[in-house]
Amino acid sequence: MSKVSMTVNGKAVSGDVKGNTLLVEFLREDLRLTGTHVGCDTSQCGACTIHVNGKSAKACTMFAAEADGADITTVEGMANADGSLSVIQQAFQDHHGLQCGFCTPGMVMTAAALLKENPKPTEAEVRHYLEGNICRCTGYHNIVKAIMAASGQDVSAIAAE
Amino acid sequence: MYNFDVVRPTSVDEALSALSQEDAQALGGGQTLIPTLKQRLAMPTTLVSLSGIDSMKGVSVDGGVITVGGATPHAVVAGEVADAFPALAHLAGNIGDPAVRNRGTIGGSLANNDPSACYPSAALATGATIVTNAREIAADDYFQGMFTTALDEGEIITSVKLPVPEKAAYIKFEQPASRFSLVGIFLAKYADGVRVAVTGASNNGVFRWAEAEAALSADFSVAAVEGLSAPSGDDMISDLHGSGDYRAHLVKALTKKAVAQAS
Ligand code: FES
Ligand code: FES
Repeated sequence: MSKVSMTVNGKAVSGDVKGNTLLVEFLREDLRLTGTHVGCDTSQCGACTIHVNGKSAKACTMFAAEADGADITTVEGMANADGSLSVIQQAFQDHHGLQCGFCTPGMVMTAAALLKENPKPTEAEVRHYLEGNICRCTGYHNIVKAIMAASGQDVSAIAAE
Repeated sequence: MYNFDVVRPTSVDEALSALSQEDAQALGGGQTLIPTLKQRLAMPTTLVSLSGIDSMKGVSVDGGVITVGGATPHAVVAGEVADAFPALAHLAGNIGDPAVRNRGTIGGSLANNDPSACYPSAALATGATIVTNAREIAADDYFQGMFTTALDEGEIITSVKLPVPEKAAYIKFEQPASRFSLVGIFLAKYADGVRVAVTGASNNGVFRWAEAEAALSADFSVAAVEGLSAPSGDDMISDLHGSGDYRAHLVKALTKKAVAQAS
């Protein structure tokens, strides 16, 4: 066991982890932040996407020990300070960007990373950026639409509802 | 996963001493190694993470040579070389997906030498120099077959030096599920000749297509490649995604595309 300390959603946390403890296990099982999902555990689906020092990463493909000293944001840290939904989260609700919701935490974190890098992406850029996030329900159209809307663009002409 | 210790040295010297312990293994971004550990295909007692070594991170451009620190993630390379070497930026910016590109490193990719990885083709086509803690290795001597390199046990890639070509292109025919290349061609044109490196195709890992290099060095045109026969598919990877002959066909088709797109 070794001790790790990091900042998670603005709060300093620490814990004892084994070498092979994945960051997603530390978040879900030790910190009880179960918003970050595990869909595949093999780096394919992106349900576990979080931000490490402001950059997206798959929490199933990183050890907790590698996050020692890092600044981590999970989906629990995305809402506004008063608890209301962030612009991206609200857009997912407004545009029906989720069905079962399993992929949604990862989609929201990836969308946030995209809009930070590229505040007004084209539809093609959104689709390309979502390559590492798999959704078995929606067919992606409304996810793309939600992200475009969250970037402040007119989405009335995009794809089907 | 079996259990192991993870150590995070902050200097190359500390990393080397940690790697000298029995069954210690270097951990770059972990985007290949962690899935491998989950499948219990590797059993280190200690993983030596290179992600805390600041001297191994970053990109610099100097006198026509780009130097990339061994622990530099793909996303950083994609951003930093966009103007100086667009073909390399394109390669780095299309490995895996955005989250993978924030973790995976050039040193990790070259040390692993996956036969379908993107970076080996850039290193070989540019005649890059692989700089380790102990020596400098020319790309032509470095790649020694699928998952095999000139690296010794415990040797670390500290940086990679890539001479910037006059013109270059990377054309990746993507295997859509894995996002590795089914075949990838890195073409680099220098004042003294053209180099063409092929990834994804051969059972022996990345290789140079000598006939295309000779033809293109004499006449840098699509027609020069058109006149060649495709390399033999006999020793190429045959799997459910494509036969050896199909990959051989792609080598020629994508090389023509690379010549047309080179900039
Ligand atoms: S659970 Fe991490 S990518 Fe699927
Ligand atoms: S909403 Fe069900 S997996 Fe995306």
